Amino acid sequence: MLWPRRMREFWSWQPGEDMRRLQRDMNRMFSGLWPTTARRGFPAVNVWAGRDDAIVTAELPGIDPAALDISVVGDTLTIAGERKPDAPEGNVAFQRNEREATTFVRKLQLPFRVEPDTVEATYARGILRINLPRLEADKPKQIAVKASH
Amino acid sequence: MATDDKNVPEPQGAEAERSGRAATFIPPVDIYETEHEAVLVVDLPGCDEGAVDVRLEEGVLTIAGRVEPDDFPGHQLTYSEYRVGDFERSFTVSDLVNTAEVQAAVKDGVLRLALPKVEAAKPRKIEVKVT
Repeated sequence: MLWPRRMREFWSWQPGEDMRRLQRDMNRMFSGLWPTTARRGFPAVNVWAGRDDAIVTAELPGIDPAALDISVVGDTLTIAGERKPDAPEGNVAFQRNEREATTFVRKLQLPFRVEPDTVEATYARGILRINLPRLEADKPKQIAVKASH
Repeated sequence: MATDDKNVPEPQGAEAERSGRAATFIPPVDIYETEHEAVLVVDLPGCDEGAVDVRLEEGVLTIAGRVEPDDFPGHQLTYSEYRVGDFERSFTVSDLVNTAEVQAAVKDGVLRLALPKVEAAKPRKIEVKVT
């Protein structure tokens, strides 16, 4: 693997090629380290996994949490809602408009099935946090090994 | 060091290793003007009132927000689309703003700054008289 590439480069060496290759390799390395299966959408989410539950956090500053629609079916979490634009009606001149204002639906597949009745969601300081306990039947079971004499 | 790409995850610890501190991000902002004031709306998720510092010095308005990194004992970050860190951004403020009357409020991770215009900057309605 290594040898043919080196050979090729020996014949077609160009200034800057080493840096480009390094960058390419770095990109590959990072794309492998971080899952890219879910396309990034709005809102961006982080998932924290524990033994018996998972915590999903999302940055959603300035929304009305009562208007959020959070549901769980099997191992799929759905967060839907709307982030409304902020400006008052009437004679307003925008100089900058960088804050995202959109309706959104995000579906996330979790590593296990969820006990839907005990899911808890809290909203504080613009951060949504959802606690998702693992379905009892899905939890790993300790198997005792019996010694036979 | 301020960076814009909050949504480009980096391996945990790499940033902290370099700067000795979590990354600092440039928060998105809306700025709009009404007849009487300019309003800045800044997204600072993770900040409450006590964690936001607004400073106006020599015509430069600086907004800084401190955010405590997430830590859930017994849990590991297994999938990450955004990074957590402090916020900082500066704006130049024209002298048409009445700096003594600036009002700031933080709610649900959003800072709202109202900068009233001085009298001279307000539009004047000119009445047309019919002769």
